[in-house]
Amino acid sequence: MTIAEWLDNAVKDAERRDLPALRPLLEGLAKSTMALRAADWNLDLSGELPETPPEHVR
Amino acid sequence: MSAELGPGSPKPRSGEGGALTPRRGGDTLTELSRALQARSITSEFVTERCLEHIARRDPSINAFITVLDEEARAQARAADREIAAGRYRGPLHGVPISLKDLIDLRGTPTSAASRVRRGHVAAHDAVVSARLRAAGAVFVGKTNLHEFALGTTNEDSAYGPVHHPLDPTRSPGGSSGGSAAAILADMCYASIGSDTGGSIRIPAAACGLVGLKPAVGEIPIDGVVPLSRTLDHVGPLCRSVEDAALLHQMLAGVSNPAPITARALKGLRLGIPRAYFFAVLDPEIAARFEEACDRLTTAGASLDEVAFPHAADAPTIYLHVALPEAAACHAKTLERQPEEYTPNVRLRLEMARYILSEDYVRALRGRDVLIREVNAALRGRDGLLLPTVPVPAVKLGATTVSVGTAEEPVRAITLRLTQPFNITGHPAITMPCGRTHEGLPAGAQLVGTETLALLSVACAIEKVLEPS
Repeated sequence: MTIAEWLDNAVKDAERRDLPALRPLLEGLAKSTMALRAADWNLDLSGELPETPPEHVR
Repeated sequence: MSAELGPGSPKPRSGEGGALTPRRGGDTLTELSRALQARSITSEFVTERCLEHIARRDPSINAFITVLDEEARAQARAADREIAAGRYRGPLHGVPISLKDLIDLRGTPTSAASRVRRGHVAAHDAVVSARLRAAGAVFVGKTNLHEFALGTTNEDSAYGPVHHPLDPTRSPGGSSGGSAAAILADMCYASIGSDTGGSIRIPAAACGLVGLKPAVGEIPIDGVVPLSRTLDHVGPLCRSVEDAALLHQMLAGVSNPAPITARALKGLRLGIPRAYFFAVLDPEIAARFEEACDRLTTAGASLDEVAFPHAADAPTIYLHVALPEAAACHAKTLERQPEEYTPNVRLRLEMARYILSEDYVRALRGRDVLIREVNAALRGRDGLLLPTVPVPAVKLGATTVSVGTAEEPVRAITLRLTQPFNITGHPAITMPCGRTHEGLPAGAQLVGTETLALLSVACAIEKVLEPS
């Protein structure tokens, strides 16, 4: 689910639940989630797997 | 009986006479403890003085949700009898302390500052309460907090906001704001709080106190109302590093705690994480910190700059870990009695329920990255030193605060420097680090690898950060 789809669904659901005050909070959360998903530690399985740090090698 | 020790002694009192001059030195838990053991003062006397301060000052400060007058008097008298009979239990015996009102104390309500828990009375002690009780501590009451610890100002409480003892128009910080205000206003000698994103360190810094967040998992959280089970920590707020070391060991279950030994200042190696951590900082907080760094260097410590490449990701990692965990804790009561939450806390918890599991997992992976980076920064160093909160105590009712020319949201700015170490689980302690021109306290935060080693370093630098 894209962030835009998620936000659209979340806002509609909040309004259905009579919680319109959630909209600005959800919009702020969407920006934060966008940053989280853009972080360089996220996996992209179409390419190289990330190196495992030495202390995590089992 | 000596009147030199204990709340109510004739020294100038913080917040009285209109002067913003928080007291330092004297009246620490450790000093009281020595006097109690030597029987130069009685627990009944100091407990009564604490209760007098509560009766006189708490109507305007609102630090306590429950005051345990009669229970405290009975515990104090019992402590005096036992000490007189040679049955001294140790350094907390007869010492008046308070508990944040999300920690169970059998036979008393645990409100978490929420109407959701109205009518609850704890059937059992939390593990930490049981340890303190066994050590002979005197519980004077349960302190006010931001509802369910979900906030940093204490304004959203079913029992009303806590007012800063130095300036009633300001917040003492939160969520353990009642704990910090109670110590600063001489209502107890220490308080046990909880810290999920900074809730011990933020109010301790705002009130010019010492506050310790131990390493994750070190102190049991059983019997403590949860916010985020993987980020929650329990620890002390108090007046000195020596007090913090004593309380930490007692909370950890050490019955005969060893006195903390200060590391030598000469040769101490401290890393200063500047990027991100200094990007948004009140000029006076920054100035007090830099002055302290100069004094440390003069005293022989070695300071160098360190960096965590992903530090700026800490707020988003924190949000996506803390909120889903909080939502899971609150799901039943949000469904059943949503109107009993304060409006702001309810909205944040409702927002949390929309976070997707895949984003929670992304945040957990980000947490691993941050842990590795903080570990790397600590390698070859005795600790990391940085300001605790970027701004002094904020005005009650404010949603933003000016930092230089920018307006920053209160929640984000107050959590900014503390939440990274809840994410990583490293122990962190705040100590007083000077005052602003208005007399408001600034704090400096020391982060380490292991709590007792951190306390030894903190003990060494405490007096350099804020010379008396």
